[in-house]
Amino acid sequence: MTHASVFRGSHKCTTMRSNSRPCGQTTPLASRCYSHAKVETDEEFDARWVTYFSKPDIDAWELKKGMNTLIGYDLVPEPKILDSALRACRRLNDLASAIRILEAVKDKSGPHKDIYPYLIQELQPTLIELGISTPEDLGMDKL
Amino acid sequence: MLATRALSLVGKRAISTSICVRGGHGVAKVDDYNPLPDVQFVTELSAEQRSLKEKEKGSWATLSNEEKIALYRISFKQSFAEMNEGTKEWKSVIAGMFFFIGMTGLVVLWQRKFVYGPVPSTFESEWKEKEVQRMLDMRINPVEGFSAKWDYENKEWKK
Repeated sequence: MTHASVFRGSHKCTTMRSNSRPCGQTTPLASRCYSHAKVETDEEFDARWVTYFSKPDIDAWELKKGMNTLIGYDLVPEPKILDSALRACRRLNDLASAIRILEAVKDKSGPHKDIYPYLIQELQPTLIELGISTPEDLGMDKL
Repeated sequence: MLATRALSLVGKRAISTSICVRGGHGVAKVDDYNPLPDVQFVTELSAEQRSLKEKEKGSWATLSNEEKIALYRISFKQSFAEMNEGTKEWKSVIAGMFFFIGMTGLVVLWQRKFVYGPVPSTFESEWKEKEVQRMLDMRINPVEGFSAKWDYENKEWKK
């Protein structure tokens, strides 16, 4: 940081030294006043939800609340989150909810028809292990 | 006095749950799209349904497709496919449109017969012939328009 004090004699030029730029002050450089809140990464988000559904003694309300919240987000959950949720259904002896979860994520994918087959492909081992049929297997995707 | 009482009622109004709220961590959230409702559809289970529920506690692989569907139907009234199904309302809308357009057509025809008087005499063919001849005599638009299309030598329209 150059110190333009040559022509100013003994005056300290504090503005040149200052690094902080309080918002509201116009700056010639490309700097933006973003919020300083910590943004959760995708991995952290996924891990949080996997942990939520992995609770060994999860109860039915928590499963419903979790799923409803998760489906409310503007995203399709990762297979690992769904795997955790399906296992939670198994612990709660709730096959209907397991099938419902698969229907819901297909619906969430909207026009992106390639997401659901990918999810089913990733979840296939779990579906076979737990004996969950997809809505397509049961003919529930048709009217 | 009345204004403050009215204001307190407004304050007690529950916030509508269908507003899109911030779901924390910068992810947008919608509150009224719940795939897993609070209360299951069938509240009073028959004996058959109760035994099915018992069977559900065991391995799901042993359940037949019909049993799985039955379990689904106990919990949920409609499948996603049934829920998202469109109505046939659009047919009524199109039918209504055609009906009213038709009615309007009848009104227009009736008007032409019973409301409007005769057209002016200037539309008669005799008048029109004289009108065209007058326009040609005046050389209306002789370069590229009306009279330009008339062959004055042969007294006929140019081919």
